[in-house]
Amino acid sequence: MKRILKSTIAIIVLSMVMVACGPTTSKKGGSKGVLSGSQAERAYVAPGEHDEYYGFISGGFSGQLAVYGLPSGRLFRVIPVFSQDPEKGYGYSEETIPMLMTSHGFVPWGDSHHPDISQTNGELDGRWIFINENNTPRVARISLETFETEEIMEIPNSAGNHSSAFVTENSEYVVAGTRFGVPTPQKDIPISEYKSNFKGSLTFLKIDPENGLMNIAFQIRMPGFNFDLAHPGRGDSHGWFFFSSYNTEEASTLLEVNASQNDKDFIAAINWKKIEEYVAQGVGTMEPARYAHNVWDDHTHTATTTMEKEVLIINPEDVPGAIYFLPTPKSPHGCDVDPTGEYIIGSGKLAATITVHSFSKMLKAIEDKAFDGETYSIPIINYEAVNYGSLEQPGLGPLHTEFDTRGNGYTTFFISSEVVKWNIKDLVVIDRKPTFYSVGHLMIPGGNSRKPFDKYLVAMNKITKDRYLPTGPEACQSAQLYDISGEKMELLLDFPTIGEPHYAAGCPADLLASKSVKIFKLEDNTHPYATKSEADSKVVRKGNEVHIYMTMIRSHFSPDNIEGVKVGDKVFFHVTNLEQDFDVPHGISMLGANTSELLTMPGRTETFVWEPKEIGVWPFYCTDFCSALHQEMQGYVRVSPKGSKIPISYTIDEEVPGEDL
Amino acid sequence: MKRINYTLFIVIALFLISCGEGNLNGKDAKKGTKAVWDITEDPGIGPIDKVVLKELDPALAEKGKEVFKTYCSACHKIKKKYIGPAVIGITKNRTPEWIMNMIMNPDGMMANNENAKKHFAEYAAPMANQNMTKDQARSILEYFRLRDSEKK
Repeated sequence: MKRILKSTIAIIVLSMVMVACGPTTSKKGGSKGVLSGSQAERAYVAPGEHDEYYGFISGGFSGQLAVYGLPSGRLFRVIPVFSQDPEKGYGYSEETIPMLMTSHGFVPWGDSHHPDISQTNGELDGRWIFINENNTPRVARISLETFETEEIMEIPNSAGNHSSAFVTENSEYVVAGTRFGVPTPQKDIPISEYKSNFKGSLTFLKIDPENGLMNIAFQIRMPGFNFDLAHPGRGDSHGWFFFSSYNTEEASTLLEVNASQNDKDFIAAINWKKIEEYVAQGVGTMEPARYAHNVWDDHTHTATTTMEKEVLIINPEDVPGAIYFLPTPKSPHGCDVDPTGEYIIGSGKLAATITVHSFSKMLKAIEDKAFDGETYSIPIINYEAVNYGSLEQPGLGPLHTEFDTRGNGYTTFFISSEVVKWNIKDLVVIDRKPTFYSVGHLMIPGGNSRKPFDKYLVAMNKITKDRYLPTGPEACQSAQLYDISGEKMELLLDFPTIGEPHYAAGCPADLLASKSVKIFKLEDNTHPYATKSEADSKVVRKGNEVHIYMTMIRSHFSPDNIEGVKVGDKVFFHVTNLEQDFDVPHGISMLGANTSELLTMPGRTETFVWEPKEIGVWPFYCTDFCSALHQEMQGYVRVSPKGSKIPISYTIDEEVPGEDL
Repeated sequence: MKRINYTLFIVIALFLISCGEGNLNGKDAKKGTKAVWDITEDPGIGPIDKVVLKELDPALAEKGKEVFKTYCSACHKIKKKYIGPAVIGITKNRTPEWIMNMIMNPDGMMANNENAKKHFAEYAAPMANQNMTKDQARSILEYFRLRDSEKK
C-alpha cells in the first residue's frame, strides 16, 4: 500500500512536470523570429537542386520507412516494409504477399522502429538498411539500390522486438531483442508465474556479406527482463553488443509502477565473438521453432516464404565469460556507444543523470572479477568498477544519445522537450535547445558509427500540438533539423513526417545516389509469367483459371480486348512493363477487382487476381500518368455467364498480338 | 446535334494535329497497307555510313525477327499502321543506311533528319531509343528485306 502511494505521488509529480513543460515551451517556440533569414537559407534547397544527405525516418505505427532529403526535409519516397501499401501494390500483388507472411499467417500491418545502415570497418557502406518490427517480431533488410524491402525474417521466441535492428561494425550481425518477456518456448501457464518462466531472447542474425541474406545464427535465452535498446561496440569494443534492460523486477502487471522499483537495472554486455567460438565448439541446443523467412528476388520479381523449423539456443550458463550485466540507474532506455567505442551511454528514463560506462574499465573489472554477485548465472559488474561517470542534472527524461566527431554527445529529453549537447570526457553540458515537443530519438547521419557526418541533427518529436495547421484530432508528428557544425546548435527547420518518426538513419547523398537502380533489365526478368515482347502477349485458360500475359508500354496494354472470361473464373493479370526507360512505371487496375492497383517498374512483371462476379464488359486502365496519351491506355474484358460457350479470344487493334510476324 | 458532333470532331482533330492523317482519314487510311515510304536516297544521320547488301541471309533475318519482336513489335506492325508506321515496303524505298540510322539513332534522326521529322510529325509518339547495337539493327534490316521479298 505504501509502495503504491509512493508511486502514485511520483506519477503525479511527473505529470505536473510534463504539464508544466508542455505549454510553456509551446508559447516560447510559437513566437516568431526564432529563425533568422540566414538560417532559413541553410535548410533551403533550390528547385532542381539535390539535397546533401539522405534521411531514412521510420514510420512507427505506419510500419514503413520514409526517405527524406536533408537539409530540405522533402519527402521522396515511402518504402513499404511491414505494412501493406495499396499505392504500390505492396502486400497486395501475388508477388509481394509472401513478404508479409508470418508464423501467424498473413499480417497486413507492422510497427517499424529502428533503421540502421550497414557498415564496413565501422563506417556506413550504404549497401542495405535494416529495420525492426515490434509487434510481430521481425527484422527487414532493404536494398539501398532499389529502395525496396528485400528480406524479412521473423524472430521466434520473442515479443516486442524493440532492441533491434542494429548492425555490428562490419555488418557481421544484425540483432533482435525482446522487450516483452514471454514463456519460451510458449506454453499455457498463469501470467503470475512470470518470474523464471518468462524469458527475454536476444537474437543474432548473421548477414551474408555477398548478398545481405540473413539467418539466425543463435538466440541467447536471457532472463525475462525487458530488453529495450541496443548498440554494437566499435573499435576496441568491436565484438561486443550492449542491450539496455528495464523491468529487472520481472513484473507482469502495472509496469509503469512495478517495473520502476529497482534503483538500478542493467545494460547487458554480450561478447558475441566469444559466443561464436562457443558455438563453433558445439555449445548450444538446436530447438524446434517456427518462423517465416521471406526473401525477394529481383530476377523472378517474386518473394518466397520459407517456414524455418529450428533455432540454436544459447543459455547464459553455457557461455561463461561472454555475458555480463552493467548496473545502470532507473530503467535505462537508450544504450549508445560513442564513435571511439570506449563510452557506453545509458539513459535512465526516470533518472536525473546520464550514465557513462567505460569499456576499458569494464574489461578491467572482468579481469579483476569486480562483481556484485550474479543473477540467472550472469555476473553483475560492480557499478563503480565499470562507471566512467555521470552527467548530473542534464534535463528530464533522457532517452537517446548520438555523437559528433569532436567528443560530444547529443541527448534527447522527452519530458523537458529538448536536445542537450554535452562533452563526454568532461561530463559538462555545452548547449541545450528546445524541441517541439516530447522528442524521442535523434539522428546524426552516421551518428552511431566510427565516422559521424556531424553537420546536421534530426530530432523526432512525438507530439506537435500547435506547431502546424490543425487537421482534426490527429496531429502530425514531426522532425526538426538542427545545424550542429558550431559550438551552439541552431534550429533550422521543422517538417511533418509519416506515422510516428520513431528513429532514423542518414548518410551522405553521394553514398547512394549514383548506384540507385533506374530500371530492371527485361532480359534478366525470369518471372514465370513474364511477357518480354508485345508479340508474345496472350490469354490462356486453364480450367476456371484465366492467365492474361499482358504487356504495357506507352501507351497501350496488349492485349486490350479480351473475351471468353466467365463469372466464377479466377483471372490472373500478369503484367510486364516493357519500358526500359528511367521513370516510366505503368499501373493497372480493374473495375471490380478486390485488390489494389499494381504499380509496375520498367522491366518488371507483377500479378493481381480478379474474380468477376457479374456479367458485362469491364474496363481496366493504367493508373500511373505515363504519357500524354495516358488516358488512352485502357482496355476491356468481356465477362459472360457461367457455362457460356464463348471461347477465350484476345486482340489489340483487332489483331492477335504477334500474328503478323 | 449532328453538327455539334462534327464541330467537336474538327476541334479534337485540330487539337491532335500531331496524330495527323491517320486520325483525320479514319479507318481506311489506318487499315490500308499502302506504303508510307516515299522513295529517297537519304542515308540519314547516325553511326551507319555504308551498308553493302548481299543476297538475303535467312538466318540473319530470323535473328532480326526475334529482335524486332522484342524491341519493336510494341509499336510497329509489318503491314499495318500501329503506334508507328507499318514497315512493309521500307527496304524498297529507303536506303539501308537510313533504316539502320533510324533504328540506332532515333533521337538524332527525329531532331535533324527531314525524312524522319516528317514521320515524327505524322505519328503521336516519338520513336524510343533502345540502344540498339549495329548487329541488332543489321538483323532487323535483314528481316525487313525478307518481308519485302514475300509475294503479296
